[in-house]
Parts: sequence; structure tokens; C-alpha cells
Amino acid sequence: MTRKQKRFTVIFGALAMLGIAVALVLTALSEQVTFFRTPADVAAAPADSAGRIRLGGLVEMGSVKNAEDSGVEFAIEDATDRIVVRYAGILPDLFREGQGVVAEGKMQADGTFLADTVLAKHDENYMPKEVADRLKEQGYWQGEEASATQ
Amino acid sequence: MIVEFGHYALVLAFALAVLQTIVPFVGARAGDLRQMAMAPNLAFAVFAALALSFAVLTWGYVTSDFSLLNVVENSHSQKPLLFKITGVWGNHEGSMLLWVLILALFGALVALFGSNLPPSLRAMVISVQGLITVAFTGFILFTSNPFERLSPAPFEGNDLNPILQDVGLAIHPPLLYLGYVGFSVCFSFAIAALIEGRIDAAWARWVRPWTLAAWVFLTAGIAMGSYWAYYELGWGGWWFWDPVENASFMPWLAGTALLHSALVMEKREALKVWTILLAILTFSLSLLGTFLVRSGVLTSVHAFASDPTRGVVILGILIFFIGGALFLFALRSSTLSNGGMFHPISREGGLVLNNLILTTATATVFVGTLYPLAVEALTGEKISVGAPYFDATFVPLMIPLLIAVPFGPLLAWKRGDIFAALQRLYVFAGIALIAGLATLWLADGLPLLAAFGVAVGFWLLFGSFADVWQKSGLPKAGFSKAMARLGGLPRSVWGTALAHAGLGVTVLGIVSVSAFQEEHVLRMAPGDTTELSGYSVAFDGASARQGPNYTEDVATFTVTRAGAHVATISPAKRLYTARGMPTTEAGIHTTGFSQIYVALGDPVEGTNQIVVRLWWKPQVTLIWLGPVLMMFGGLFSLSDRRLRIGAPKPSAKRREALAAAE
Repeated sequence: MTRKQKRFTVIFGALAMLGIAVALVLTALSEQVTFFRTPADVAAAPADSAGRIRLGGLVEMGSVKNAEDSGVEFAIEDATDRIVVRYAGILPDLFREGQGVVAEGKMQADGTFLADTVLAKHDENYMPKEVADRLKEQGYWQGEEASATQ
Repeated sequence: MIVEFGHYALVLAFALAVLQTIVPFVGARAGDLRQMAMAPNLAFAVFAALALSFAVLTWGYVTSDFSLLNVVENSHSQKPLLFKITGVWGNHEGSMLLWVLILALFGALVALFGSNLPPSLRAMVISVQGLITVAFTGFILFTSNPFERLSPAPFEGNDLNPILQDVGLAIHPPLLYLGYVGFSVCFSFAIAALIEGRIDAAWARWVRPWTLAAWVFLTAGIAMGSYWAYYELGWGGWWFWDPVENASFMPWLAGTALLHSALVMEKREALKVWTILLAILTFSLSLLGTFLVRSGVLTSVHAFASDPTRGVVILGILIFFIGGALFLFALRSSTLSNGGMFHPISREGGLVLNNLILTTATATVFVGTLYPLAVEALTGEKISVGAPYFDATFVPLMIPLLIAVPFGPLLAWKRGDIFAALQRLYVFAGIALIAGLATLWLADGLPLLAAFGVAVGFWLLFGSFADVWQKSGLPKAGFSKAMARLGGLPRSVWGTALAHAGLGVTVLGIVSVSAFQEEHVLRMAPGDTTELSGYSVAFDGASARQGPNYTEDVATFTVTRAGAHVATISPAKRLYTARGMPTTEAGIHTTGFSQIYVALGDPVEGTNQIVVRLWWKPQVTLIWLGPVLMMFGGLFSLSDRRLRIGAPKPSAKRREALAAAE
């Protein structure tokens, strides 16, 4: 192999690797990305919420119930809408009625939401960032600025 | 009064760091030996001032000095002493102080061990190190001062976030920072080389031990963090592809690539420009990690601060260092001469492949981590990129690398013979094949992916020792002669084998848990029994208990197998009284490499039942055992006399071993 050929092999290898990576990344980003929605978004454009989504809002007061087969049921609400969420797992430690929550999963045909993950909060002050931003936009929740500095 | 000393020491460190940046730099440019000779003393002084400052903050925590705002916000007089001390870095201000303390420590270490570096290179490295210290000490002083007073002082503090009240906090952040910040030395060496316009094999020999040391600490820090999350959060997961985890993983991947490319540079004087670029990128990713974690653009357990001004300042520092370094690189890299060429199939070729794959893998993690931020900034749409993305990009990219690893050490420098390497590896390929087939045969169904994963794991675990095996001359050489040869092998050969085998061990753990773990969520009343992968788990009952700064409900589970008692597991739900914050303490029993993991949920209203989540985690501990092996591999390599500066001659024993291996 000449010097030129050797260099060509390395450059070709690098380009091939890059090409494969770009293809993988683009496919994954078009298929594996989870969008954040609030109940109002889902009501407004159900088609946009057909895949896997993160549903965020406040846990409706008095909505948490033990469902059959060791699961739980609760409703996520925002300024205008509410959606019932079913979840078969242990709720995070800081899950509370009237507080922010993010559930990850899929909308079902009957209009309920089947969650496989309910995101835990790490701190009693912590409001999931997406939820806080959206609810503030809607004017539904003001939040305490002081609590955000924790 | 003591507190003011700490604050003063911090200001002093800032001023001294400014001197540490300017004086050695001017000296190195002007060739003034006296100015260059000031560099080490300045580096020691900065370290001493920061150490004093850190000690004073620790004193404030230990004595619960509630006139300090930082102590009020993050401590409590009832907190156990260990957590008072670790609480120093369990918050934004304190952890930044630890960050610069470690930065100054590395500056001082370069000063201490660098006596045989060319004086101008040493001065330049210490100067760059000083510049980073200036930036971050300034950041602490002007935006996140831990010595801010509060008047009047309250009687009690707000306590530390209960999740952080664990020995994990004593170990994980310091180790992680030693790794993160350790890469600053490689960065400083790279910048110094660019400014000096001179770089040679000796440069790589000086840089490699620092890279290796930082890499060992970062490996330990990440593994420790992973195990901590696993047992503390009670979700039974060990890696979430959370942006903050990725922030530490990217420098690790780039650092691993740097470790390997520095090897090529040291041995063959090739890949010079690339190695410099990698050194810059690795520390840039460390800085990016600091930005992601500290700026509050992400929500996670690590995001203490969400004060936007801090984020902007760190972003400014980030742009200055990364942008400046890359600009310098673009300007000066063409002055560095090209090294020797090599055949694509050779040791160098293998290491280039390693670098290509690791850097592309880093890039995919980078895209996945920052894509949501970019999308939100550009379109306002909020998205999240989770595990499925990384499974679809990172994992397929890594598989060819994992398969290629055992070949690397068997290829000769300059021009290798892949068929000869294959010949030496077919036994190990056989072992891997058998392991894969055994998985298929033992498991229910047809877990093809799992079988493939197990085969790859065994291939790595045993194939990594092919080089050592070959060098021992076994079975032909006879036992005693082989032992003598093995003892005489350079330690870096053992280090390589151990680290690569550790990778295999981790792969086995990951595959086993992902494919074969069992999970049950159910309601149990006292007296109930359930089956879990051949074990019976009985719920005996729960009782209340009082801790130093919490109350807890402890449940007792008895695990039996075929009637014989195996273990008693006591998971708990705690309520930390100061913050009114509940936490879940998982109950874990380790048997062999596997674990039974029990987490408690909420009581079911109106009954005496409680929601319980049980996992059988087969071979889960291998996930963290692998990094332990990698660390030992790194330490072994680090102790190799070749890397000890000032010991260039191989020992008589080693020359013999080398001759035998030839």
C-alpha cells in the first residue's frame, strides 16, 4: 500500500463510521423522541399525541384511587382539561395531589392514559420544568420563584 | 471571625491564581528562568489558600454555624456528623468550591511531579491551569459565594436533601470531580504544546499518566454514582440515560479514546494533531458537564442551582475555554509535524478504529443529550430523548468495538497480521460460542439478543487475556518458565488485559439484567408470601423506628429457598422531619453476583396491605464489578515503570520478557 492508499483507508473508514452514526441518529430521533403534552394539548390535537408522550400537569385533588390488580389511577389536569392516568407501579415518594407530575406512556382508545413511568421528583420544591413552564403560560399555576432556587 | 478567614482565603486564592496565570506565561515566552521558577510555588500557594477556604466552610458545617446562609439552607444541627461534612459539597456553592480545590490540587501536583519537564513547558502548563482556576474561583466569588452571611442567624437549618444523606455523597462527587477535573491537566498540556508549537513522544509520555489517573477516578465515580442511584432511588435501575449521567459519560468516552491515542503518539509519534484535539475535547466535555449540571437548564437530582445568571456565567466560561482552545488549535496545529505512517491492519490501525468508534459514540450521546435543549430553544416544542434513542444509536455503534477489542493487543505495531491474531483467538471464540449456545439452551424461549450479548461478554472477558496467554508461552514453555515470564511482563500489559476483561464483565451484567430480570408489583398484607425466581418472599410485618433526623416504617421480609432460610430483608419508608420529605430505602440481599431487591410503596387505604415491588436481578453486581476491574487495570498500567517519568530504562527482567515475547 502506498502512503496515499493508507491515508485513504483511514479517511474512508472515518467517513463510513460517521455515515452510519448519522443514519442511526436520524432514524432514532424521528422515531424515539417523546413529546411533552398537557391535557389541553391532547384535547386540541389528538393526532399529535398518538405515539409515546409525556403527559404533564397537576394531579387532580381527590382523584387518586387504587385500581384493580395493584395499580393506581389518578387524573392529570391543567387549566381546561383532565385525563385519567392508569399506572401499574409504585408512585414516586413525592407524588402528591395538587402537585406537578409527569407521566410517560400512551393514550388509549378509551381516552385514558396508560403510563409506564411516573417521574419522580427529587425535592419537595421541585416542579417538573416542562410542567411549570406550561402551566405558567396558561396562567393556571404561578409557582413560587423562591422555591426554584433550591 | 473564622468564616471571614475562609472568605479572605478564597479572595487570596483568586489573586494568586491571576499571578499563577500571568507570571509563568510571561516567563515562558521571554525565556526568563526566574519567572518560570515561580510557577510551582504559586501553584502550591493557590492550593493552600483554597484548602484553607474549604476547611473553613467544613468547619462552619461541623459546628452548625447558622450565620452562614449556605449552612442554613443545607444543614441541620441534628444531622449525623458524616452528613454534616459531606453536606459541604451537597449543594451548588460548596460543590463548586470542591471543584476548584481539586483543580488547584492538580495544578500543585503538576508542579510537584513536573520537575523533569522542560521548564518552559512546565511553566506554560501551570499557567493554563491557573487561568482555569481564575475563571472558576471568580465564578464562585461573584455568583455563588458559600461564605454569604445571614443576619439574624436562625436557630435551625433546613437540612440537606434526604436523598443526599447517604455515604454515597461522601464518595461519588469527590471521585467524579477528581476524574472530571483531572482531564484539565491534559487540556493544559495540549494548550501549552500548541503555544510552544512543539510536541513529541516525550509529551505523550508526560500526558498519559495524567489521563490514566483522571480516567481511573472518573470510572470509579461513574460506577459509584450508578450503584448509589440503584440502591437509593428505589427504582431498581442503574442507568437512566439522564442528561446528567450523560454529562459524566461523555468525558469518560472521550477520555478512553484519548488514553488509546496517546499510546499511538508515545510509541509511534503518529496521531499528534488528533491527540491534541482529543485532549481539548475531553476537558471541554467535562466543562460542558459542569455547565449542564450547574446551570439549571436540566431538572435532575444534581441540578441544585436554577439561578439563570449562574448559567450564563458558566456558559461564558465554557465558550471562552472551548472556543479559545479550538481557535488556538486551528491556528497552530498545522505547525506540528506529521508522524510515521502505518498499515491499516496494525496496532495503530486498531487504536484508530477504537478512536473512531468512541468519538462517534460520544457524538451520538452528545446529540441525544443536547437535542431537546436545541429543539426547545428553536421551536418551543418540549421533547425528551430517553433510553430508546440510546439503545438505537449508542449500542449498535459499540458492538463492533466490543468485538474488536481482543484483536488490538495481538496486532503488531506498523503492520499486523489479522489471520495470525485470529489463530490465537479461536479458542476464545469457541468459549464465547459455547456461552452463547448455553444461554439459548438454559433460558426459556429463544433470547437471541441475550445469547449474542452473553457471547460478546465472554469473548471480551477471556479474549482480553489472549495477549498475556501468548506471552506466557503456555502450554509449550512449561509452568515455571511461564510464571517467570508472566511476572516479568510489563505491568501495562496486565493493565490492558484487566481493563478489557472488566468491560466484558460489565457487558455480562448488563445483558443478564436486561434480559433475565424478574419484576413483581403486588399488594401484600403481613403473613403473605410470594414466589420470586425460585425464592419465597414472606412479608412478616412492619414497625416504626426513630432515626437521628427522620422517622421510618421498616418492613421485614423473610426470604427462603426450598424451606431453608436465606435472608431477612428490611426495606423502609423514611420521613425526614426537617423538610417533611419522604424517601424509600430499598432492601437488598446479595447472593452470588445476583440480588433480590425490595422497595416499598404506599399502604393501600382501608386495608392492612402495602404495595411492594420485588425484583430478581441476576448477575447485577457484575455491572459495577467490571468498572472495579477497569480501575485496577488503570492503576496497574499507571504503576508501569515506563510511565514513571525518569525511569526510561527497562529493567533486566522486563527486557528478558520482551525478548521472550518477540
